[in-house]
Amino acid sequence: MNTPENLKYTKEHEWIRVEGNTAYVGITDFAQGELGELVYVEVETVGETVEQDEVFGTVEAVKTTSDLFMPVSGKIVAFNPALDENEGDNPGLINEDPYGEGWVIQIEMTDSSQLESLLDAAAYQELIA
Amino acid sequence: MKTTPLTDLHQALGAKMAPFAGYLMPISYSGIQEEHKAVRERAGLFDVSHMGEFIVKGKQALDLIQYITSNDVSKLAIGQAQYSCMPNSHGGIIDDLLVYRLDEDQCSEGEQAFMLVVNASNIDKDWDNIQQYAVQFDTRIVNISDQSALLALQGPKAAEILQQLTDVDLSQLKYYHFAKGSVAGVGNVIVSATGYTGAGGYELYFNNHHAVQLWDAIMEAGKSAGVMPVGLGARDTLRLEMGYCLYGNDIDDTTSPLEAGLGWITKLKKGPFVGKEKIEFLKQQGISRKLVGFTVQDRRVPRHDYLLFSATGQEIGRVTSGTMSPTLGIPIGMGYVPADLAKPGTAIQVQAGSKFLAAEVTGLPFLTD
Repeated sequence: MNTPENLKYTKEHEWIRVEGNTAYVGITDFAQGELGELVYVEVETVGETVEQDEVFGTVEAVKTTSDLFMPVSGKIVAFNPALDENEGDNPGLINEDPYGEGWVIQIEMTDSSQLESLLDAAAYQELIA
Repeated sequence: MKTTPLTDLHQALGAKMAPFAGYLMPISYSGIQEEHKAVRERAGLFDVSHMGEFIVKGKQALDLIQYITSNDVSKLAIGQAQYSCMPNSHGGIIDDLLVYRLDEDQCSEGEQAFMLVVNASNIDKDWDNIQQYAVQFDTRIVNISDQSALLALQGPKAAEILQQLTDVDLSQLKYYHFAKGSVAGVGNVIVSATGYTGAGGYELYFNNHHAVQLWDAIMEAGKSAGVMPVGLGARDTLRLEMGYCLYGNDIDDTTSPLEAGLGWITKLKKGPFVGKEKIEFLKQQGISRKLVGFTVQDRRVPRHDYLLFSATGQEIGRVTSGTMSPTLGIPIGMGYVPADLAKPGTAIQVQAGSKFLAAEVTGLPFLTD
């Protein structure tokens, strides 16, 4: 199971990669494996500010549906166009490259101190072990 | 957790495993959509050894089964199978099952033999129900579930693959018929032209000990035809595209076979059977709700227990099964709705979280030739 060291993780299996005051958010390799092939990603919160642990979107796999939760509070500034049904419409990217091309949203963090509350790679690996 | 004789093999193949009806079962190997496609276009091999099998033998075996199931068992010839329901005394469904009329080689004069194939989740409940009535009939009943393996080879290439391995002439085996024969050197295999996918093919019942041998032989014989191992995930999407009921989702102890669209296996003229009066009464009165199929005009997928609403926003029922149809590429589902909203073309809504998805009642099966 791939768990990059440079990311922070939630117990709900999202990851966050910080770049200055913005950050990218996606779902972990473990999560995509558990969900199986993704068929649709819905994010209707672009432009909104969503609090930590609140739902910002939903993914549909063949067998199941899963909500996506904010790792930290922030304004959602972008939804990965490669996943968006109106553009690339390729949710399978999350299965293929969950930490890279399969990122889900970009956010502007409103309280970066919340990053402290997240799991590091070792703690996340322990969670899924 | 119970296992099947093939659990180790599934794990070695890298299958995603999960508990189902108390058994550790393969959910998928290479991916649900790929496995689904293999069955629709070529062939897929399923381990469904978790299913339960009861043998009922004796002078009144027919009478007992006639009394505890809804279909007309007297219509069965040796070598024939039928789909049926086991109703409860309230007219609900204890289980749905297959009834096989076996040959009488092992029977004494005047006896008949049957095999009942039941859902894994209901083995104990069915057994108790049968025992409750069995005392009134001259029969012997044996639960062979733990000794029996069941493989399903399904898909348009199933016959071509299986014929290489068996002395049973598959071209002569009609739908819902079976024959006993040898498969890949294993004797006494029941080769049954049945399945739960709508893709055609066979189900093979045999002793546990031979499970690995038969699995390997079929995978090898099917290699050039593109056979794939298929898990319960695709089994569910395949059956749902056909509108086949899944016990515990679409039918249960509280649903009538009439409401579930199973009137065709409920023979009210055959004589007395458990639940008959209640079912008859419901028929005279007219059913108030009906199991329907619907398609969703959205990318969100309906799931078990999501609420259904009328076009005008009235709550009307619940989703019993739902998935993204791999063949059609759209979300599909089934659920109970009031009889006056059951007509194909009727607009309804599905609640998914805070959203209401537009949907339309459609005829079953979803997949038509």
